[in-house]
Amino acid sequence: MYAVRLWSVRHAKGLNRFYKGFEKILVALHPLWNRIGYDKVEKPFQVFEQATKGFLFDCQMCGQCALSSTGMSCPMNCPKTLRNGPCGGVRPNGNCEVKPEMKCVWVQGWAGAERMGDLAPIKDVQIQVDNRLKGRSSWLRVVRMTRKVGEFAPKPPKAPPARKPVVADAPKPATPGEGKAA
Amino acid sequence: MSDLHFDPAAPLPTLPGHSSGGRLERILRAGKFAVTAELNPPDSADPRDVYDRALVLSEVCDAINATDASGANCHMSSVGICSLLTRAGYSVIMQISCRDRNRIAIQGDVLGAAAMGVQNILCLTGDGVQAGDQPEAKPVFDFDSTSLLNCIRGMRDDGRFLSGRKITVPPRVFLGGAANPFVPPHEHRAVHIGKKIAAGAQFIQTQYCYDVPMLRKFMDKVREQGLHEKAFFLIGVGPLPSSKTARWMRSNVPGVHIPDAVIERMEKSQNEKAEGKQLAIDLIQEIKEIDGVHGLHVMAYRQEEFVNDIIHASGVMKNRQPKRPARPPESPAAPITVSA
Repeated sequence: MYAVRLWSVRHAKGLNRFYKGFEKILVALHPLWNRIGYDKVEKPFQVFEQATKGFLFDCQMCGQCALSSTGMSCPMNCPKTLRNGPCGGVRPNGNCEVKPEMKCVWVQGWAGAERMGDLAPIKDVQIQVDNRLKGRSSWLRVVRMTRKVGEFAPKPPKAPPARKPVVADAPKPATPGEGKAA
Repeated sequence: MSDLHFDPAAPLPTLPGHSSGGRLERILRAGKFAVTAELNPPDSADPRDVYDRALVLSEVCDAINATDASGANCHMSSVGICSLLTRAGYSVIMQISCRDRNRIAIQGDVLGAAAMGVQNILCLTGDGVQAGDQPEAKPVFDFDSTSLLNCIRGMRDDGRFLSGRKITVPPRVFLGGAANPFVPPHEHRAVHIGKKIAAGAQFIQTQYCYDVPMLRKFMDKVREQGLHEKAFFLIGVGPLPSSKTARWMRSNVPGVHIPDAVIERMEKSQNEKAEGKQLAIDLIQEIKEIDGVHGLHVMAYRQEEFVNDIIHASGVMKNRQPKRPARPPESPAAPITVSA
């Protein structure tokens, strides 16, 4: 909801603190999520996350939450989905170029960051979003990232490349039809 | 002749510490006051429309900006314009907007552009589709300008696509970003530009400046953070054709800020067109004195014929004359023969 979203930015400092504490609890509960299975808790988490973050921030479930680096103003509400805003089209009254009735998400974001008392996180360059994560739980992803499990598990060192069988002398088999439409 | 006066058509070796072999980077790194100018892209498929416009601008500028559907209006593409201009030896700045293409298309365009001789790329977010003549179009915005800078820098410096796949010959390009010091959040604009510079911007071109006190405040903050030593700042200027157009631009072109005093000055004058020209000259003379300003970016939409006068009258080029490349030889129109 738009009004709640603006409230959240006004209370960015407190919300961010709460959020950090909540994250610690989720990370501490990793053994529980692991026992149930991350696949099984994914769906309930998605529903819960969408309900709470949707209410507070108009969360769009990009699956890679950056709220603490964007002054608690969800960047996915920017019509250009900027992750490093604002753009140069902000109106003189601080409203959006695309939606004139809406306050610019990033003007709000910088104000939120100022309220949080630390501009360092908003100065971090955010890379482009991974579109495969849309709709997934960002919270569980953070837990897996912190605990280095799942997709974040350290990869085993690469095995030395298997020795190629020596077939250098053998003539290459002809591949008729290669590159031609069937 | 100094090494700044060279034939732009001849390929240049990349100097130590330079990212590109381009003329713009050489001029800026040599400490000269640089001038870039925006080419009004044609709504046609005739290359002559591009060459005619470029010829007028090239006499007074170090690089020509090829816009990428600016204002979300469809025109000849920046890749197409750059292809024509580099072929004729012009120094170009290819603009890339994030509005119309995704990451796969853009990375491919960067390689294609560099292969054609593009040495400078300006990374832009792009105006929203609602600003243009086809508001029903799908906005892409897969990147934003900052993540785009980061991506192209990776292609150039690490020689890799976003996927990590190797690029055998990386694009040697000088990277730019845009700034608009004249719209909110004013107090954070300079910090935000610092972010673009951290992501890879080596030069910054700004939106039209009609408010010098506001620009001074912005440049104060830029200098506070030492950003003027990390990137070159080219300030946007342009003549206003009339007070009516000025009012229209202010309310219809996203991000353009024109103070009331400027519009009043235009209205009071007998000849608004001449006054607009004089206003641009006056602004340039104030802007060039600001510490940390390294050049100008002239945007004279449909008034290209004035650019020459404005630049010469303001004296920013001093005695420097950007060498005009030779026009491609005109071949007599050969009759098209179709072999049977």
